[in-house]
Amino acid sequence: MRCRFSLLILLAWLLLAVGGARLPLHPDHIDLTRILVPPGEGAWLGYDDLGRPLWDRLAVGARYSLLVAALVVAISLLAGALIGAMSAYVGGWVDHVAVRIIDIFLAFPGILLAIALAGLLGPGLNNVVIALSIVGWVGFARLARAQVLSLKNREHVQAALILGAGRWRIVTRHLLPLIAAPLIVEATFAVAGIVIAEAGLSFLELGIQPPTPSWGSMIREGTRYMLVAPHLVLVPGLTLMLVVLAVNMTGDYLRDYLDVRDADSKGLGRPGAATEGK
Amino acid sequence: MLNFVLSRLFSAFIVILGVSCLVFLLIHLVPGDPVEVMLGESSLPADREALRHALGLDLPLWRQLGDYLYGLLQFDLGNSLYSRRAILDILRERLPATIELAAAGLLVAVLIAFPLGILAALRKNTLWDSGAMFFAMLGISIPNFWMGPILILIFSLGLGWLPVSGRSGLESLILPALTLGTAMAAILSRMVRMSLLEQLGEDYIRTARAKGLPWHTVVLRHALKNAMLPIITLLGLQLGALLAGAVITEIVFSWPGVGQLVIEAIHRRDYPVVQACVLLISLSYVLVNALTDFCYAWLDPRIRVAGG
Repeated sequence: MRCRFSLLILLAWLLLAVGGARLPLHPDHIDLTRILVPPGEGAWLGYDDLGRPLWDRLAVGARYSLLVAALVVAISLLAGALIGAMSAYVGGWVDHVAVRIIDIFLAFPGILLAIALAGLLGPGLNNVVIALSIVGWVGFARLARAQVLSLKNREHVQAALILGAGRWRIVTRHLLPLIAAPLIVEATFAVAGIVIAEAGLSFLELGIQPPTPSWGSMIREGTRYMLVAPHLVLVPGLTLMLVVLAVNMTGDYLRDYLDVRDADSKGLGRPGAATEGK
Repeated sequence: MLNFVLSRLFSAFIVILGVSCLVFLLIHLVPGDPVEVMLGESSLPADREALRHALGLDLPLWRQLGDYLYGLLQFDLGNSLYSRRAILDILRERLPATIELAAAGLLVAVLIAFPLGILAALRKNTLWDSGAMFFAMLGISIPNFWMGPILILIFSLGLGWLPVSGRSGLESLILPALTLGTAMAAILSRMVRMSLLEQLGEDYIRTARAKGLPWHTVVLRHALKNAMLPIITLLGLQLGALLAGAVITEIVFSWPGVGQLVIEAIHRRDYPVVQACVLLISLSYVLVNALTDFCYAWLDPRIRVAGG
């Protein structure tokens, strides 16, 4: 039942994000007669402080949140898994250096480094993706490293080695596929974390720039009118929460389904990944 | 134990050094000329040269890094470009507010998480359990920057019980602490449940029950005590998320702490202050984690042997 609920939300998010371009959306259309009109008949989800339709802005915001999440998770997963797996497989000083670098990046609490990076690089979609990817790869690297360390002496790896396979081939063909399950679970939680992080950066005015709508900046703009028009905060916030909840629940489901146990004794740190952006 | 402490201190030192270098390099990430970005495009070349010299940006990179690290050793973080005051003094003013908020958030998290986690573990697979865990999942999924406004909407604007923002006495601390603590409470309660369930399945629990100890003694004295180890580790690890969350919470509630300072400094392009704040928060996180490890080793002798 829960699974169906989250799938439904995720599907709606995807459809809105991908299919939104085909809808007649006017997120920047200003209707001065409809300023702060609450949701209801003829107004659908209501209008914001400039008289722009909330539904249209929400739909376009969905596109950006999905775009950022997909890009950042893809980049972090690829870079992190490769770095982590390679360093564990090669070992020696390479691994030592990699572990130190991972430790240093982990020393920056959650989104703080992303806030500083986004602040220094300047706002905008590209910089948000860069900032969040620089922070995001570490989790995947640590996970991949821990997993490969426990697998690298398996017989099939030795067999491949004897057959003359190179490091790259062994890591990409013989090790990474074996650790796909925990990486997929981690990536799912990371999507939730990135969606929150992107909205958070936009909330701080360090992310996607107005007038382009983002759920985060919609919440920020709404806080100025909470007394007269609470729907400006409630609508984007509820949407954001439902999407993140659905992704997290899918992650939990996948973890049980794929039977992934937490890689290290630090235990439940991984659902924490979802809150790193908070 | 001494060996363990020394080796742990050494790796903390390496991490601190690395964090300091990375923070130093941040300013070199600014696209284009950081001096021009800070002063604006219409600034005079003479002013730019003066600032470049004041920041040491005209020196070779290794000299800059050396000066920066040397300054850190003497607790010299430089001056703010905006107010021209020593950054250390500014931080000293702001830090108490952030520590207060973080401590209150931690308290909220612990106060919610333990009853919830214990309840869920004792009533495993009942409605109580799924209810508590759904609440936890919800807590993870609500971002601070939405939770805060909702609480303000209900308790300040709606009921008029608590102040909307600012830092004026205990009343003004309640909403920010709730906002900050909920996410951690959610993660922590899952951990309390998991760790407690693991202990409750052990033989010594059955022994304790068999010799006639009351159930609450068995749970609180025996099981929970042994379940504490992973919980403490998680607390240490999550403190980083708490500190980062404090940045956004401070913005929502206009709480005059280090988090608000970072964002102000970013918007004013006061980069030395940004560097100092990021460094301060990260270093406190590293130190807390090292302390957690010591606690852990002190509580559980097995780790000392393995880690030392």
